[in-house]
Amino acid sequence: MRYSAAKIFWQGLTGNRGWTPAWRDPEPQREYDIVIVGGGGHGLATAYYLAKKYGLRKIAVLEKGWIGGGNVGRNTTIIRSNYLLPGNEPFYELSMKLWEGLEQELNFNTMVSQRGIVNLYHTDSQRDSYARRGNAMRLAGADAVLLGQSEIRQLCPFLDFDNARFPIKGGLLQKRAGTARHDGVAWGYARAADQLGVDIIQNCEVEGFQIENGVCRGVDTARGPIRARKIAVCVAGSSSRVMQLAGLRLPIESHVLQAFVTEGLKPLIPGVITFGAGHFYISQSDKGGLVFGGDLDGYNSYAQRGNLAVVEDVCESGMAVMPMIGRARMLRSWGGVMDMSMDGSPIIDKTPIEGLFFNGGWCYSGFKATPASGLCYAHLIASGESHPTAAAYRLDRYRRGALIDEVGTGAQPNLH
Amino acid sequence: MRINHPLLGLRDAAEFTYLGDASLLNRPDWQDTNALDNFHNYVYQRDNPAGLHHELWFHEHGDRSWLVVHRNTLTHEIVGVELAHDIAKSQRANR
Ligand SMILES: Cc1cc2nc3c(=O)[nH]c(=O)nc-3n(C[C@H](O)[C@H](O)[C@H](O)COP(=O)(O)OP(=O)(O)OC[C@H]3O[C@@H](n4cnc5c(N)ncnc54)[C@H](O)[C@@H]3O)c2cc1C
Repeated sequence: MRYSAAKIFWQGLTGNRGWTPAWRDPEPQREYDIVIVGGGGHGLATAYYLAKKYGLRKIAVLEKGWIGGGNVGRNTTIIRSNYLLPGNEPFYELSMKLWEGLEQELNFNTMVSQRGIVNLYHTDSQRDSYARRGNAMRLAGADAVLLGQSEIRQLCPFLDFDNARFPIKGGLLQKRAGTARHDGVAWGYARAADQLGVDIIQNCEVEGFQIENGVCRGVDTARGPIRARKIAVCVAGSSSRVMQLAGLRLPIESHVLQAFVTEGLKPLIPGVITFGAGHFYISQSDKGGLVFGGDLDGYNSYAQRGNLAVVEDVCESGMAVMPMIGRARMLRSWGGVMDMSMDGSPIIDKTPIEGLFFNGGWCYSGFKATPASGLCYAHLIASGESHPTAAAYRLDRYRRGALIDEVGTGAQPNLH
Repeated sequence: MRINHPLLGLRDAAEFTYLGDASLLNRPDWQDTNALDNFHNYVYQRDNPAGLHHELWFHEHGDRSWLVVHRNTLTHEIVGVELAHDIAKSQRANR
């Protein structure tokens, strides 16, 4: 069913009885051409582009739980392309461009809202580094404006500009950045992929790989064995657990990241704001809640919940940059398991096992990457070659010393 | 989380910083013929288990000792804590 304003109007008049499920609930077949493991944003986007752009058929997405239950439905929904390094920035800018046309492409309201992101700076040296970052962004075709204090005052008058320790001197603005509806993105890709014939199979955990003479020929699942010519894993926080079933170790640690939402307030925060002296980022949802987060808890975890020390730290950072936030009541907090890679950048590559592909190591950058990750992974699976924009995301870059380390902290995943 | 420090008793985990898998205690031999592979594994590759994990914590805001904490990554339950020094010493003795 195609969605349109006329259809909403008509359904409204006829008691909304004509809507059908957004995707089918098929029984798994015994054999597919391509099996995608993990029905998060990346898995669904990959299936969609494989069918749409590369014209492939007989594709299944196998999801352990339900669509939207992983990190794709747990993140703080920020989309942006304000990276520095040449391995990263063109990829995230490709993603940004795909976001800009996503709703038309999927015929689904993913609520992409380009209200801008401001990274605040507090010192002269930070200003220099943001000027450099802005230039790198513009070289890759993205937009960036370096703002001084008076311009930031106009944009966000409520910030604590004269804070004795962290005075706000200005910020780097990317106007085209913003937010999107996180689980809407999963639903939109799921529905569009389903319409192209992709089988989306929920409650179907992959429990093992059928590897014969170094070639992967299928998977064992909670709903029986499934054969396939190509098997593509993208399970985010579960990457090490799943790849271990194929006997592979990864340059990844799983860490918990928390997020927080306050009660609904009147429109207050114009876009996304990040604090440059601590780790804190905030935006306001369409429902009015302030959505914010900060650092990882910092230790290996698969628990999907964090500790109070980090709650305190994130709230203190918030108070340091916008003291008014102290009047808002926090409604909810939750955690998600992040696949933190050793250099803070992702991996989209073949594995040493023929027919088995891997996509992971997204850290907390994976939501904004969803469209480009799906497109580049689909390219790799369809053609056997890396997409030119994702050519740096190779699994062997650690051995080659070709790290993509945006923050420059080395092989220490909890610092990325 | 609270960590039962072998010398100081129960301490808030916020007093510590986290380094990672305790396999970092076993630095490979740089003269080994497989040194490149061994160092690649040592620096970058991790088991990253869902379950019992042996990991290095540094008591930065305390006595500045290194601990090996045995902790379940699914529940955050800590099942044992030892001084990293003791573990390294016994590992060297067994080598
Ligand atoms: C609190 C928080 C805030 C974040 N904020 C942002 C942000 O502002 N901007 C941004 O860009 N990114 C953000 N992220 C990161 C982003 O959410 C993730 O990087 C991204 O969603 C990961 O890709 P995914 O959607 O495919 O993952 P997921 O949705 O986690 O998909 C992986 C799927 O694999 C399934 N799976 C696991 N094991 C198996 C198995 N054995 N068999 C079958 N299926 C399996 C899981 O059930 C899951 O559904 C944030 C994350 C968190 C937790």
